[in-house]
Amino acid sequence: MNEATTSAAAPVARLIDEFHKLPGIGPKSAQRLTYHLLRIPPEDALALAQAIIELKERTVLCSVCQNVTEDDPCAICRDDSRDRSMICVIEEPLDILAVERTRAFHGLYHVLHGVISPMDGIGPDDLKVNELLARLRGGAVHEVIMATNPNLEGEATSMYISRLLTPLGVRVTRLARGLPMGSDLEYADDVTLSRALENRQDV
Amino acid sequence: MSPLRIPRRRSCYDPRMPERPRVYKSPALVLRQRKLGDADKILTLYTASEGKIDVVAKGVRKTKSRLAGHVEPLTQATFLLAKGKSLDIVTQVETIESFQGVRDDLDRLSRGLYCAELLDRFTEPHEPSFPLYRLLLDTLRRVARGSDVDTPVRFYEMALLHALGYRPELDVCVACRRALEPLTNYWSAAAGGAVCRQCRMGADAARSLSVNGLKLLRLLLHGRFDDVARVSIAPPLADELERAMREYVRWVLERDVRSAGFIDTVRQRRPARARAPQAPT
Repeated sequence: MNEATTSAAAPVARLIDEFHKLPGIGPKSAQRLTYHLLRIPPEDALALAQAIIELKERTVLCSVCQNVTEDDPCAICRDDSRDRSMICVIEEPLDILAVERTRAFHGLYHVLHGVISPMDGIGPDDLKVNELLARLRGGAVHEVIMATNPNLEGEATSMYISRLLTPLGVRVTRLARGLPMGSDLEYADDVTLSRALENRQDV
Repeated sequence: MSPLRIPRRRSCYDPRMPERPRVYKSPALVLRQRKLGDADKILTLYTASEGKIDVVAKGVRKTKSRLAGHVEPLTQATFLLAKGKSLDIVTQVETIESFQGVRDDLDRLSRGLYCAELLDRFTEPHEPSFPLYRLLLDTLRRVARGSDVDTPVRFYEMALLHALGYRPELDVCVACRRALEPLTNYWSAAAGGAVCRQCRMGADAARSLSVNGLKLLRLLLHGRFDDVARVSIAPPLADELERAMREYVRWVLERDVRSAGFIDTVRQRRPARARAPQAPT
């Protein structure tokens, strides 16, 4: 407990400390949030507490795609209208929302829950890679789309998984790299620009 | 004609502040990144002029960032940095060399990351050393192009240790100081180099060091890279060298090098590709 919290009442100090542990919350924000909660109606505060409890108690990882879900298997994995021959591999659950927003993909997902990061000591065994391999054993999947982020770690993860899957006879593809909408050629890096040239398309 | 004298402008804020440039420019190698807040990253750079420094790259996790593509680990780029309160801030950056060969191949990438991690672990911030900058640069080029990806790494480890004052003893036995005979000797990271057969009797946990192993370690230490690259190193010998150097590096650093594990993982996966049966279609 730091100096600022010792003079506050114990329950107040405790909540300030808890908020302070959250990412992006400094000591001042923690105090402000705590005193805000003191002032709001009790039912609003309890609703927040209940939401946190349910978040932890009522969510599980989908046994198929490893996404965070309330029911196992998750809604996407249960949906019969989706193409079961394609799996889109992503880093974090939030990336599903990004891909779904495009309405351009109708297959299934697989969440790795991280990315290979050799310098931080995160290897393939710390990710949901074996679960992905298990899904492919059925032989129903024809294509795996690697949709990890286009940075060094994402590329490493995608190359590693591709090395594992290619012997299984599954087609492994990677999201194309190119120039983002609304960007400026002048500021494009060499890697992106050379990939954009390689994969150019007829207008 | 007398030169035109322009009076030096006095700082109008605080005359006691030492005058230093608010922005400076340096080529640098990006060693690693870590996330900061929502959209920013902290980069660990090895700059040619300032040595190792941490800097903030703002907004690089947004798709439209102008910096993002230039600040990936294992990139050599010219950075324009602005002095910040604690960390300096990247204002402009342009790639000089992106080592595409390293990025596109898992084996090369694992070696490249290992080399970057070693420089990060072995150096302290703000201790510039152009030779070390040059060494990593040359090594990344060798790893990107060569057919053998491990020899450049061995050469790099030895050169790095030598430059930082941790040169292992390879001419005489570290215990009895007698010249090493051309027989199987022993290697002790803790003792700081090779140990002869007699001295090994009393000591513990020293691994054996073959005659060729010792010769190659000497070549790594005294030779130029081209000399080492000309030697064809059989896999068992390459293994022996790797184990000896890793053990030594680990002893000096007093910790594991995390990327070393990734090299092993990648290597294990390699023969699997050839052996794995085709899945039924």
